[in-house]
Amino acid sequence: MSKAFLFKGGRVIDPANGEDTVRDLKVENGKIVKEFSVANGEIETIDANGKVVCPGLIDIHVHLREPGQTAKETIATGTQSAAAGGFTTVVAMPNTTPPVDSTATVSWIIQRARETGVVNVYPTGCISQGMAGELLAPIGSLKKAGVVAITDDGKCIQNNELMRRALEYARMFNLVVMDHCQDYALTAGGVMNEGYWSTVLGLKGWPAIAEEIIIARNAMLAELTGCRVHCQHVTSAGGVRIIREAKQRGVPISGEICAHHIALTDESLKGYNSDFKMNPPLRTQRDIEALLTGFADGTIEYLASDHAPHCNYEKEVEIADAPFGIVGLETEFALFNTKIAKAGISSLPKVIEALTVKAARLLDLPKGTLTVGADADVTVLDPELRWTVRKTQLLSKSKNTPFDGTELTGRAIFTMVSGRPVWSLEKGILV
Amino acid sequence: MKWTRKDFIDIQSLSREEIELVLDTAASFKKVLERPIKKVPSLRGKTVVNLFIEPSTRTRVSFELAAQNLSADVISMAAESSSFKKGETLKDTALNLQALNAEFIVIRHSAAGAAQFLAERLNAHVINAGDGAHEHPTQAMLDTFTIREKLGTLEGKHILIVGDILYSRVARSDIWSLTKLGAKVTLVGPTTLLPEHFRDMGVGVVHDLDSVLPQADVINLLRIQHERQSKAAFPSLGEYIGVYGLTRERFKKCKPDVMIMHPGPINRGVEIESDLADCGNSVILQQVTNGLAVRMAVLYLVSGGAVGGVE
Repeated sequence: MSKAFLFKGGRVIDPANGEDTVRDLKVENGKIVKEFSVANGEIETIDANGKVVCPGLIDIHVHLREPGQTAKETIATGTQSAAAGGFTTVVAMPNTTPPVDSTATVSWIIQRARETGVVNVYPTGCISQGMAGELLAPIGSLKKAGVVAITDDGKCIQNNELMRRALEYARMFNLVVMDHCQDYALTAGGVMNEGYWSTVLGLKGWPAIAEEIIIARNAMLAELTGCRVHCQHVTSAGGVRIIREAKQRGVPISGEICAHHIALTDESLKGYNSDFKMNPPLRTQRDIEALLTGFADGTIEYLASDHAPHCNYEKEVEIADAPFGIVGLETEFALFNTKIAKAGISSLPKVIEALTVKAARLLDLPKGTLTVGADADVTVLDPELRWTVRKTQLLSKSKNTPFDGTELTGRAIFTMVSGRPVWSLEKGILV
Repeated sequence: MKWTRKDFIDIQSLSREEIELVLDTAASFKKVLERPIKKVPSLRGKTVVNLFIEPSTRTRVSFELAAQNLSADVISMAAESSSFKKGETLKDTALNLQALNAEFIVIRHSAAGAAQFLAERLNAHVINAGDGAHEHPTQAMLDTFTIREKLGTLEGKHILIVGDILYSRVARSDIWSLTKLGAKVTLVGPTTLLPEHFRDMGVGVVHDLDSVLPQADVINLLRIQHERQSKAAFPSLGEYIGVYGLTRERFKKCKPDVMIMHPGPINRGVEIESDLADCGNSVILQQVTNGLAVRMAVLYLVSGGAVGGVE
């Protein structure tokens, strides 16, 4: 197998270098190179004519479910799903079994990812021991073992004193604290967004204020402590407004948008299909517009999937009892491409920027660029490709997508990690 | 007009014509119920399973009698005795019942959406006997039937629904049914149990009962389940009675011929002063009788029966 690749004639979009030009891109021995050192016969050419060549996409919010929840997903299947979505790097959430609150678990995940993963995996660690929201996890040791951020994602620390301490402590290690913003008292028993549709459907409402109160708390604590707080999956107009105001004051706070939150509204729940049940829930058209405005004006800089696999049998129950979450890696680019770039909210390079260099810089990952000498993580995208999502064709071990049968525009067609082709639309997984 | 739906899940998706078909069919069955022999052979050889995952006596008995009057074989399963206790999922329980060739499954469940969940997965006819706070469509049909029977029409009638609206599936089904037939519906209850979102369903939202009592043609009082659901929504039953209880004093403000309804079971002295529940304005027991006719009509219609074939 050749170790040198020529991506020929593609539109190279490398936001880290402000580049958007049609040119060839060269890869040799796992790195981006200026010129080949090998003979022509050893170079494999990838025809990128009419396609986009960009740094491998990075998803900062993925649940790989391993260790301990391997009926839902494994590092192997989750990273294959990532590769099929054009993602060469995923940041794994720590709410596994056991949760990632010890260095042993961090090391195990890193080792397991080396052995079975097809894309780069960076683990995150817990904020609190056992994600119980009571005592700090060994944050310094976790950082040394390799976590790139801390979060209790899936849970939210309710105790403001503990959250303050976590921020103060994490700041010593230059770790971003990512928070799943949810006030428990306001969401007790909640199934879907509180509004007209929860009223009609008779499902317990999950008000936007439950998220906004915690975002506001986080902004205040970020300002107090100087520690970077990243609000995961922001869904509401109020949340965007709080982050905008805080950022204008220079508070170190950021937010991310997950693809489904700008693609679907709470009306989708009217069939009681649990594939539309997620945490935080789908909101309203007004919220979607605020999120899109927030992305366009730079308030919300990050895009992610919150890929959250669950088994069919877990989801196929009464909706109030079904777990929250959907798989997202394989539909993510298409949704952002459609809802942001194609819709004229912002440009394709801006979407790619959020999914590459922005993500890398947030978590200090040595990724997200096509600079000469960088790791050759490369994705070829066809932003015009129209395709229909088929849940049976997903590479994720779980099939809980709300987009089954939906026609989307834009798709990865080739994914390379460290100079190794790992997936192509034509042939599937290549390793 | 012919009934074309396999199931009977909600009122929201029904057309006015479909609602009227149910009411007209129920009227035919009500005549049958007035005869010395109340049985008709419509569902002979068919099996109806009452799957009551949430406790209920009145609705279950009403469905049992309705099925028996149609000559169906009836089995009732309650949550306590079912395999639910052993951890079987709703889907598996239902598939097993279908495998036993039950043609009809009547389901009462504490989870909204449970009836639709089964309807999508079973070939059997699924009838919603109440799913969480979503809908209780046969209750709405019997409420609508009772009002139409008494007042001749729903058109332009002002109907108050009073009480715990937020958690009430009866309120939701009634709202759809009554408004589709042209009634003016006003919801009355404390702000904590009556969010503004209800306005978008095409009804009025009022928190002061006394202000609307004089205009009402019908007052439908909902059961207050203070311990179970609304403990945090208002401070005490005593306070509720003071603000929303239909007392003798309040009754004086009503039109003399106002109809008093209640889906039962009544908390005497809470939603309504005990004497008023038994007074001439009350149609509470007629609702129960009409419920039987309505449920016969629903079972009959989903089985594919056409109007005129009631016998």
